[in-house]
Amino acid sequence: MSDFEPRITAFVCNWCTYTGADLAGTSRLHMASNVRIIRLPCTGRIDPLFIIKAFERGADGVIVSGCHPADCHYTSGNYHARRRFAVFHDIMAFVGVDPRRMTFSWVSASEGAKWRDVVDEAVANVRELGPFEAYRALAPEAERQA
Amino acid sequence: MSETATGAQTSDGTAGGAKVTAGVKELREIARTLLAEGDVRVIIGWEAARRGARPVFVTDPAEADRLIFDARCVHNLVTYLNPRRDHVAELGKIGLIVKGCDAKAVAGLLREAQLTREDVVLIGVRCGGVLEENEMPAAVTLTPDNVAPRCYGCDIREPALVDHLVGEPQPEPPRPAQTIDERIAALEDKPLEERWAFWTEQFSKCVRCYACRQVCPLCVCERCVADKTRPQWIEPSPHARGNLSWNITRALHLAGRCVGCGECERFCPVGIPLSLMNRKLQQIVAERYGYTVGDDPEQAAPIGDYRLDDGQEFIK
Repeated sequence: MSDFEPRITAFVCNWCTYTGADLAGTSRLHMASNVRIIRLPCTGRIDPLFIIKAFERGADGVIVSGCHPADCHYTSGNYHARRRFAVFHDIMAFVGVDPRRMTFSWVSASEGAKWRDVVDEAVANVRELGPFEAYRALAPEAERQA
Repeated sequence: MSETATGAQTSDGTAGGAKVTAGVKELREIARTLLAEGDVRVIIGWEAARRGARPVFVTDPAEADRLIFDARCVHNLVTYLNPRRDHVAELGKIGLIVKGCDAKAVAGLLREAQLTREDVVLIGVRCGGVLEENEMPAAVTLTPDNVAPRCYGCDIREPALVDHLVGEPQPEPPRPAQTIDERIAALEDKPLEERWAFWTEQFSKCVRCYACRQVCPLCVCERCVADKTRPQWIEPSPHARGNLSWNITRALHLAGRCVGCGECERFCPVGIPLSLMNRKLQQIVAERYGYTVGDDPEQAAPIGDYRLDDGQEFIK
């Protein structure tokens, strides 16, 4: 699939990763342009349903990223998110979703280069896996014909 | 017909064909006393009926003899304590008969402040396992073929959270031909694509009746995310995509909370093996956070709690 361009939705926290991604931009780092960022107050605000919804709406992969442990703006949001996404990661693998479609990372406000690496790796992984046709095949008949 | 008025009780002291054991006599005596002395207004337990055991609400001490307990008493009656069921709370103070697994669900409600311990009198029964299919006219002996698979390896055949404990110590439930853990392991041995095919096939059967949610003692939300329309997180019509979303969400919302009573699977009209999902989540929280659900309300649930050094091998 040489003409396949992965669509990746990134859910990032306002305080660390969003600022880190901003730094990557202002630093003019070159990186894959396949990622659409959604900014949220905290990784603790990210419901696993957001990820499911992203897949439903055609994402081939997702990124969830926030503050490193001990750096959370709200003290413990990322710790709660860590447990939630650990469980989500494992159950999705059990259901048969390739874990490489879901990237979880800690990227601080000063880690523009790390954000670039996270994005490039996520895009490379999803490019290798191909479009998430298996999920799209679940769409209702009417929608698939449209 | 008098049979409908009194269940399948017969005058010779048998319940649905089985002899009344000393444990059942004790159970009835406690129920009678609690009702007669006004400690509770209603006892929720099981009675014998033509097609097996069924839940019964006993309000009159004279009717305490309707109560039974045997392997047909599969129902988790804690669902009647669910705060969503305010019509049950209106009956007044409840005396509830619980097996060990049911007591874990009571602990779950207490842990999450959905119930106060004084609201309910718990009568625990020593349990040697229940049937997978309860529609039996008479009590039968458990065998590997008829036992509920979840009963194998039960760690709480004698609940500790209760006010009264009745019955003789019971033998361990038999081992089913294939345990739930073995079914999970067999599924995990398959490649991702086959697991995906298995689950999407199972979930495609879902008719979105939400029986799994309605019967669950721990699905306590006043307004379920599946019923919300603005925004509509979970597509409501029964097609494969919305069904996947619903079933994953249902399971995830019970992660670290599910007591494994198996009522969701038993009630599922299309036979989705929900126990596999629920049990897998129990395995995940056990492996990652060393958590096993018990009947101690003071024990913190794993989701909503955290440790600074929680594993994060999946995070870059």
